[in-house]
Amino acid sequence: MEWTAPLLADPSLLFGAALLVMLAAILCAIVVSRKLLTSVALTGLFTLVAALWYIAMDAPDVAFTEAVVGGGVSTLILLGSILLTRESAEPVSPSRMVFPAIAVILAGVAILYAVGSIPGFGDPASPANASVGRDYLERTYKEVGIPNVVSAVLASYRGFDTLGETTVVFAAAVGVMLLLGFGERALGDPARRHEALNPDLVEEIDHHVVLRVATKIMIPLMFLFGLYVLFHGEVGAGGGFQAGVILAIALIVHALVFGLSETMRAFPAAAMRAGASAGVLIYAGVGVINMLNGGAFLDYDFLFPPPLEQALSGPDGHAGQHYGIIAIEIGVTATVASGITAIFYGFAGRAPDIASRGASRGPESGGGS
Amino acid sequence: MLEQAASIAAFVGQGLVLAGAIVTIIGSVGVLRFPDFYTRIHAASVTDTLGAGLIIVGLVLLGGGFFVTVKLLIIWGLILITGPTASHALANAAFTSHVKPLGRGDLRQPSASDEG
Repeated sequence: MEWTAPLLADPSLLFGAALLVMLAAILCAIVVSRKLLTSVALTGLFTLVAALWYIAMDAPDVAFTEAVVGGGVSTLILLGSILLTRESAEPVSPSRMVFPAIAVILAGVAILYAVGSIPGFGDPASPANASVGRDYLERTYKEVGIPNVVSAVLASYRGFDTLGETTVVFAAAVGVMLLLGFGERALGDPARRHEALNPDLVEEIDHHVVLRVATKIMIPLMFLFGLYVLFHGEVGAGGGFQAGVILAIALIVHALVFGLSETMRAFPAAAMRAGASAGVLIYAGVGVINMLNGGAFLDYDFLFPPPLEQALSGPDGHAGQHYGIIAIEIGVTATVASGITAIFYGFAGRAPDIASRGASRGPESGGGS
Repeated sequence: MLEQAASIAAFVGQGLVLAGAIVTIIGSVGVLRFPDFYTRIHAASVTDTLGAGLIIVGLVLLGGGFFVTVKLLIIWGLILITGPTASHALANAAFTSHVKPLGRGDLRQPSASDEG
């Protein structure tokens, strides 16, 4: 942030400042609110405003990720976890706030101190723009041959990092499954099947007709959009992570409206576990294929044996890079979509257990979608 | 002739975006000021459908290429499906958990029970 520039002279600066003030206000509301449901709703709002801000900063890929992950899936998973706990936070006594307050204030002072040495937005002399960033911008189209530099950096130049991130998602899914189970318990008792997430389904009057019809329209479109984001990631904003999250959200919406057991019948938890592992396997397998063809790990120029690469690419193509990036994006999508769905199954599968213990907070009834 | 049509379209587009912004503000004021849950949903859904719809139609008239127009229209269609559905889901959830709408004469008393 350039403090010397007058704020009113530049409308985009003013816009960014307004968004930051909104973020600060939402944060205060989250901290003050004792109702967890309100906090979760505000968290979703926070991420959407943050995504808007990233758009204003010309970072559509980051904004997209923020919108689908923060606004979509983490809000849904937080809602699911509220189902397993209480509705409101207990008040904390002031004496227990002292040390956290000191820590937060110290961290804040440190960050404020560091603000002075952050280069201005878009400053061409800043290290990120002068050396690495310019290098990527100059080399990407020659070496990788795709227009979206962000995708090229993520999937090709920093392919190893992205493999690590995919593995982190996989590990998170495994951790949740180890802690909470696979969610298949929800299928165990046929009498409770429909009540798992949808107590109203067993009532006489069907309150969910409108929701079901609208969801039936929306879910195919969500799947289609997920696939579009996956295969369009080379050209526009998006890629494997966003696509996987969108597919997972489509499944979670299905579970919220039609009941968990219906979704688990269409997309079994075992398939989700297999998908999450298969994604990492596809990703790392592409790297191994490159090694077998004589290249380095994840060097997609060696995805095909050199003569075939020559034949496929023609004079200025990068067939190996194109197919390699699509292949690993498919792997990322498989891991993220199945991993998040498995995490959701783990949370949602616990709901009937808790309901049968009588500790439930009452019906969740459609309002969550 | 074509230029005139374009400038008229731009003028109407600006007017529609402005109208959408005003409707959105009216809706926000309504959410804050209306007395009970159901009337507030009504105000919020005005923001959803009419406000967003006016802005999107205005943006279509303001121009952009063919693909931008198609994308905006698709977004409008999605909002027309999801907005009313969300409002209905909210009202439905409130009704099934026995939130009573205000009746005649209820406005005299301060209502503390309608937390969103």
